[in-house]
Amino acid sequence: MASLPETDAHGAQGALGHLRICDFTGQLAGAGATRWLAAFGAEVIRIEDPVRRGRWDILRGSPPFKDERRGIEAGTGFNNHNVNKLGITLNLRTERGRELLAELVRVSDVVAENFAAGVLERLGFSYERLMELRPDVVYVSNCGFGQTGPYREYRSWGPIAQAVGGLTHTSGLPGQPPAGWGYSYMDHTGAYFMAIAILMAVHHRQRTGRGQWVDLSCTEAAATLHGAPLLDWSVNGRSLRRDGAPHSNRNQAPPMAPHGIYRCEGEDNWVAIACRHDRDWQAMAEVIDADWARHPDLATLEGRLTVEDDLDDRLGAWTASRTRWAVVGEVVAAGVPAAAVARPGERIDGDPTTHTWGLWPMVDHPFTGGARVDGLPVHLSVTDWAITTAAPLLGQHNRQVYGDILGLDGAEIDALAGEGVI
Amino acid sequence: MVELAHPFGAPVGKMLADAGADVVVVEPPGGASQRRYAPFAQDQSGPERSLVWWAENTSKRSVVLELGDPAGLDHLGRLVDRADVLVECLTAAEASVLRLEPGELQARNPGLVHVTITPYGRHGPRSSEPAADLTLLAEGGPVWSCGYDDHDLPPVRGGGDQGIRTSAHFAVMAVLTAVVARHRVGRGQHVDVSMLAAANVTTEFASYSWLAARQTVQRQTGRHASPRPTDPTQVQCADGRWLNTGVPPRTPVEFASLQEWLTELDLDGDTAIVALLEMAGQYEHMTLAMIEEDPLVAEIFGAGRDAVALIASHLPAHEAFLGLQDRGLAAGVVYSPDEVMTDPHFVERGFPTEVHHDELDRTVLYPGPPIRFTETPMRVRRAPRLGEHTDEVLAELDLR
Repeated sequence: MASLPETDAHGAQGALGHLRICDFTGQLAGAGATRWLAAFGAEVIRIEDPVRRGRWDILRGSPPFKDERRGIEAGTGFNNHNVNKLGITLNLRTERGRELLAELVRVSDVVAENFAAGVLERLGFSYERLMELRPDVVYVSNCGFGQTGPYREYRSWGPIAQAVGGLTHTSGLPGQPPAGWGYSYMDHTGAYFMAIAILMAVHHRQRTGRGQWVDLSCTEAAATLHGAPLLDWSVNGRSLRRDGAPHSNRNQAPPMAPHGIYRCEGEDNWVAIACRHDRDWQAMAEVIDADWARHPDLATLEGRLTVEDDLDDRLGAWTASRTRWAVVGEVVAAGVPAAAVARPGERIDGDPTTHTWGLWPMVDHPFTGGARVDGLPVHLSVTDWAITTAAPLLGQHNRQVYGDILGLDGAEIDALAGEGVI
Repeated sequence: MVELAHPFGAPVGKMLADAGADVVVVEPPGGASQRRYAPFAQDQSGPERSLVWWAENTSKRSVVLELGDPAGLDHLGRLVDRADVLVECLTAAEASVLRLEPGELQARNPGLVHVTITPYGRHGPRSSEPAADLTLLAEGGPVWSCGYDDHDLPPVRGGGDQGIRTSAHFAVMAVLTAVVARHRVGRGQHVDVSMLAAANVTTEFASYSWLAARQTVQRQTGRHASPRPTDPTQVQCADGRWLNTGVPPRTPVEFASLQEWLTELDLDGDTAIVALLEMAGQYEHMTLAMIEEDPLVAEIFGAGRDAVALIASHLPAHEAFLGLQDRGLAAGVVYSPDEVMTDPHFVERGFPTEVHHDELDRTVLYPGPPIRFTETPMRVRRAPRLGEHTDEVLAELDLR
């Protein structure tokens, strides 16, 4: 059995230390994908436009901020999504800039981008051109609506992919407008799909020596996140656009009751309880310890579903006079899933589970100083991830990349900067 | 790949099977629990009729093994010994009974990537606590950010078991990472996935507003939770349906095109809005960060939102969506999931996919694979019948 090499040809470590990524991604939907690769040791070279000072990525310089400092190095989202990456500037409006990109593509395994469809091609780098430069290139494009079809040039952000892809509609309470998602769930998830796409294509290249182009649509990715309801429509003709649906705090597949989010003592305090089966309800009824809860009509799922609204009201009345922690303590001890609806500070600073996992690694950012960032929810026993370096400043690694990788000398790099190429 | 049937692991096997992996799902004699979940085809229950099973287990092979029985356990051992990947969602105690300890399996099959997907990670003090999609999304953060402006209404869990799916996405990423790494390090490894951790790092602003600035986001109707209230982005259109306007217009070109459209629709009577849209012309570009420094920028952004809302409220949602997007302005009609399947864009891209069900002698429309590979296209085949491939797979192991 081979042991893990300490370093490889690139001098890098980790599961993916042999991969170099030519990275045009931005926002979360793209940057989140190469973030995963970088955390496992891939050399991710993030390319930014010196003219717009990297602001194609809306998160460069956007709130929230750590303190009173502002500017393109202070955006917390950007600094979270781009850890472990190298950052260079390159002006693709210039002939020399395009030459340098060609040189970089020649020595890269993967080209990743989440521009609007067609943008990289208009800059002179179609898939055909990329293949000329690097015959086995893995080229992954990620945009809201995909590279083909009538909406291919439509603009998209997470909330738009969520709306069109069906996720917004299925999040809410009866009689209310859609609640949707209170964050860009599809930017996270689009990034996960993009990382999957890159890794599948890299795996295929390892087996066959062949690269390929991959077209990922975040809206289509969103639409795959509702399996059974889509088949309920195509097989049974039942649409999710109907009266009384959806009530997303309840469970559809399988139905469970009670299953909901209930008010507790204090201001905006809530607890989630899920009785998965009759045994859970039996245990719950013992915890509640009241005649109504032991009523034989409630012993079966069918019986509980028949009076579900009433059951929710009664359970809500029981939780309302207790603290979240008291409810969770008693209910979980009885073997029934229950959890407080946690505030960010409670789960980040107050939950030993996330600390033990190492979920909030600290990096030292040259501009904003020490900062904790999102870690990864997996651990690999041999080649685990490590998040150790902060997001790059604009052009921070120009010298390293143009010098060490492309072989330019210091004077040439200075000249490129002077001419506005980098 | 061997998958011990479990709702938490099913999407992992599906994604890899649709991408061409030979995924063998191991079911107990009575069938996996998902086979008993409604809805059912034609609303008639039965192990081959659950649409949950159909949706989450495409392209796999099914093998029935009685794991309480030494022969069944031996067959499982042999299957795993020849596998590249094992995915299971057992507690440590259950795994011990089945002799599926991470580490020990690699002693017999050094290349094995052994994936465990559990609520709190395979080991640790909470590893035997009960959990469900709802409770994991509640304590993991997503629920806090979702719901309504009115905080007398409870916060909301988004639809579709997304806690399970998020962990599954991470599991697929980790499987592929370990498989790619195997070429490099020459061996497999244990991949431990924590569903609680997966929810925690899939909350965008909520986590990093706290990490950076100790700010707590508050839920709002149909838009990002935020430490301070923000303007609505979800508009009810003339047909009663909803439209999301996402990030507001930011460039002078966008403001100019909005103004023009207001005039076309004869909606330019609100002179305050029109005047502000015109003022956008004096900026080369505007960013969200400028709101703090320049009150006029905030007003112009507000006018952009007002103009979009005004237009949308005078048009049916789908027409407003197309009209805004055709003018380069981001917007999204709020579709129910099935409406994606009939929208001309997704139909033209071939996203809705006919899957042949030989047992019913018909085809069924499924959501297609969302990742399009030019060389290795993903394909969706119907989910297996209970034990459909038991004989075939045991024969491959020289057991029949």
